[in-house]
Order: sequence, then C-alpha cells, then structure tokens
Amino acid sequence: MIPRIYRIERRTEEYPGAFTVHLAPNGEDVVSHDFSPGQFNMLYAFGAGEVAISMSGQALPGRSHTVHTIRTRGMVTSALARLREGEEIGVRGPFGSGWPLAEAANKELLVIAGGLGLAPLRPVIYHLLNQSKPRPIPRFRLFYGARRPEEMLYRSELEAWNREMEVQLSVDHADPSWHGNIGVITKPVSSADFDPKGCVAFLCGPEAMMRFSIQVLMERGVSPADIYISMERNMKCGTGLCGHCQWGPNFICKNGPVFRYSDVRNWLGIRAL
Amino acid sequence: MKTIAERLQEHGFFQGLPREQQNFIAGCGENSVFQSGDYLAREGEPADYFFLIRSGRVAVETFVPNHGALCLQTLEGGDIFGWSWLFPPYEWTFDARAQDTVHAIRLNGKCLREKCEAEPALGFELLKRFARITTARLKEARIQLLDLYGDRPPANPGAT
Ligand SMILES: Cc1cc2nc3c(=O)[nH]c(=O)nc-3n(C[C@H](O)[C@H](O)[C@H](O)COP(=O)(O)OP(=O)(O)OC[C@H]3O[C@@H](n4cnc5c(N)ncnc54)[C@H](O)[C@@H]3O)c2cc1C
Ligand code: FES
Repeated sequence: MIPRIYRIERRTEEYPGAFTVHLAPNGEDVVSHDFSPGQFNMLYAFGAGEVAISMSGQALPGRSHTVHTIRTRGMVTSALARLREGEEIGVRGPFGSGWPLAEAANKELLVIAGGLGLAPLRPVIYHLLNQSKPRPIPRFRLFYGARRPEEMLYRSELEAWNREMEVQLSVDHADPSWHGNIGVITKPVSSADFDPKGCVAFLCGPEAMMRFSIQVLMERGVSPADIYISMERNMKCGTGLCGHCQWGPNFICKNGPVFRYSDVRNWLGIRAL
Repeated sequence: MKTIAERLQEHGFFQGLPREQQNFIAGCGENSVFQSGDYLAREGEPADYFFLIRSGRVAVETFVPNHGALCLQTLEGGDIFGWSWLFPPYEWTFDARAQDTVHAIRLNGKCLREKCEAEPALGFELLKRFARITTARLKEARIQLLDLYGDRPPANPGAT
C-alpha cells in the first residue's frame, strides 16, 4: 500500500515533547478518510521512516482530514516533530480493529486512559458525546491519569467534557497550584460507583498502567471479557504481512491493536516475546 | 442531624460492622469541619486522631526545605486519614491539609485504642480494615514510583 501525501494544516503543541497535527490530503484528489475509533495510520516522515500513530480526531464519515497526537520518542517521531504547518507527510491507513462500541450498548462504559493513551480514546469520547438521544451507551465516564498536570493532553477539552460527562483526573505529581487528585489513576477507578456486571472498560496507556488498572477492575468484579485494551508494538507493514508486530498468535496491526482482555491475558503475562 | 453512629454506618470503613460495635466506636467520635488551608494533621505533632473523610479533598503533604510543601497524595470522601495513633510514638508522619471544605468524623485515637484492647475481636476487625487500606496505599505509592508515563522506567525505583 503506497502512502498518500498529506499536508500539515495545523500543528499544536500539547506539552513539550507531544504535539497534535491536523492533516489534509494534498492536492485536488480529496479522498475520504473514514475510520473507526481505535484505528491507526502509518505516518511516513520522508527520509526517516514510518510509525504507527492512532487517529485522535473525530470519526466523521466522508471526512478527508485526519488528526494525530504524537509523542517524540526516537528517530521517526523526532522527524515528524520537526515538520511545520504546510509541510508534507505520507499516510497509509486506516489499519487495525477499533474499540468495540457495540459491546457497550445499554451498559456503562468506563474509559481509562494513561498519558498519551488518551489519544486513541479521544475519538471514543467524541462518539459518546455525539450520540443522539436516547443514547445507545447511556452512561460513560473518563478516568485519565498523567504524570503531571502539564503533561495532560487536550486540557481545554477535558474541562469542556467535564461539563457533559463525569471526568476523573489524577496526576502522579503536582505543585500546589493543582487542585485535583494526586495519586495513581487506579485509585479513583477502585472507589468509583459503577455496576461491575453492567459495564465495559476500554483501556489505553503504558502496559504496566493497563495491568494495574485491570487488577483493580477485576477486584471490583468486572469480567475479563468486558475489558478491552489497546496494545502497542513496533510495526513495519501495518497490514499483517511482515510479522514484525506478532504477539503470540496475533498480529497487532491486523488482529488488534484493540483486544479483549480475556482473549490475550496469557500473552500479556509473558515477560518477553 | 445524623448521629455519629449513623455517619459511621455510611462511611465505607465501618460498613458491615455490627451495629453494637459501631455504636461503641461512635463514643470516640465527633463531627469536624475544616476550611480550605486548615490542617487536619502536622508532621511531628501528636497523632491523637483518626479521620473518616466524608466530603472534600485532603492533601497529604511533606515539607521540603527550599521548595515548600510537596503533595504525595490526595484523599477524598470515603477515604480515611491517619493510623499513626495506632503505634508509638503516636506522631503524625505527614501533614494533611484541607484543599476545600472538608467534612470529617474525627475519632479519638486513645479512646479507640482502649476500646480495641477491651474488645480484641473488634480490635482485630479494625486492624484487618486498616491493613487492607495500608496495603492499597503501599501499592499505589509503588505504582507512583514506577513513573509509568515517563519515557522509560526509572533505573531503580524506590532505591534509597
Ligand atoms: C497501534 C499503535 C498506535 C500508536 N499510536 C500512537 C499515538 O497515537 N501517538 C504516539 O505518539 N505513538 C503511538 N504509537 C507508538 C509509536 O508508534 C512509537 O512511539 C514510534 O513507533 C516510535 O518510533 P521512533 O522511530 O520515533 O522511535 P524508536 O527510535 O523506534 O524508539 C524510541 C524508543 O521508544 C521505544 N518504542 C518505540 N516504539 C514503541 C512502541 N510502539 N511502544 C513502546 N515503546 C516504543 C523504543 O523501544 C525506544 O526506546 C502507536 C503504536 C502502535 C503500535
Ligand atoms: S506490522 Fe507487519 S505484520 Fe504487523
């Protein structure tokens, strides 16, 4: 699959080391870029390489734009970070499975995000808030943990969401100007008032954070079959051909990145693959 | 207005405890209200109380010279604060500061200790409840040490 050329229409700094780009197809050839929340694109920084990056914008049918939030890690993400508005990026996708929103119908949805993990879950939140009433997913709330308040994504949106849904924020460290929760995100999850038998949880964040959150959910009585996680592994083709992202019997790019926890719990426990 | 015994029943910490025991413990408690900035406890001072937080947010802090107060954790309605009254030298190890208006039930530590000594079954039950909470807090502190959201885990978390 050959990358399409997109142009950076808008670039915003989330915090030093993390930024969001709004991409539009370059030239006349306007293609729609339909996707399901949870899917990802392969973004190509010319001369540097390709990386898997989730869609973090709204999944609106027929829309040609695509939005991504990226944290600078190594060579490719640093090359992407150097690009400015007007410059070009190669885009392949969308790839992978999305979040199983249908599984949450008539249940309560717990969206649990850590750090950059809010990016692949933001399309879910847009979806939830845009549902027409009566809402197919009647109750939903967000638990979002980050290292510091300054390292939270989408800060102005978090405030706006908080007016429309329950948002529980928690940071590991903060100075006295922060008046919210300080502590790990598992704490508000463990004390939240929800029916463990009538809920579905979507988790995305560092793997250790997801493991600890799963422990808490299961202590509360949530079934492993009602917990979904989004996995990250280095990728090359994104289409299930190269085997680079193999994880047990699965290719994360094709069978994932979203998995039902009960289907993959044996693989999550393996320390090195 | 609700009695202390009724309020104990509402708080998770005492839930499921037989009514007589709740009434027995209620004799050690009183309602207390703290305004934003008030301290529930100060490091090094006598730890005479145990707090059941009913509402509001409490910052557990320590003072770092040349830096100021460092908040380690916040607690809210449904949480408890303070077990230093259980063990000698009965002194607070951290500051606890109200971040907004805090409604709490303040239980006298000495009175509770005496009741636990007088009724070992109650004492054991309460200690089990404290142990569960201290274990959870320890686990949370360990996770915090992992610096999960950083670029890479710290080389040796928790090493002193
Ligand atoms: C399905 C999927 C969705 C993703 N979505 C996003 C997103 O929305 N935003 C975002 O910023 N990143 C996302 N990532 C992660 C992103 O793909 C990697 O950070 C990127 O590949 C790093 O490339 P690099 O060349 O900059 O760093 P490299 O030079 O390849 O690596 C730098 C450091 O990061 C580590 N690293 C590299 N890739 C990963 C990874 N996938 N997971 C954990 N550690 C890694 C390396 O071990 C190394 O320590 C996603 C990954 C996957 C698989
Ligand atoms: S990246 Fe090639 S198989 Fe998944």
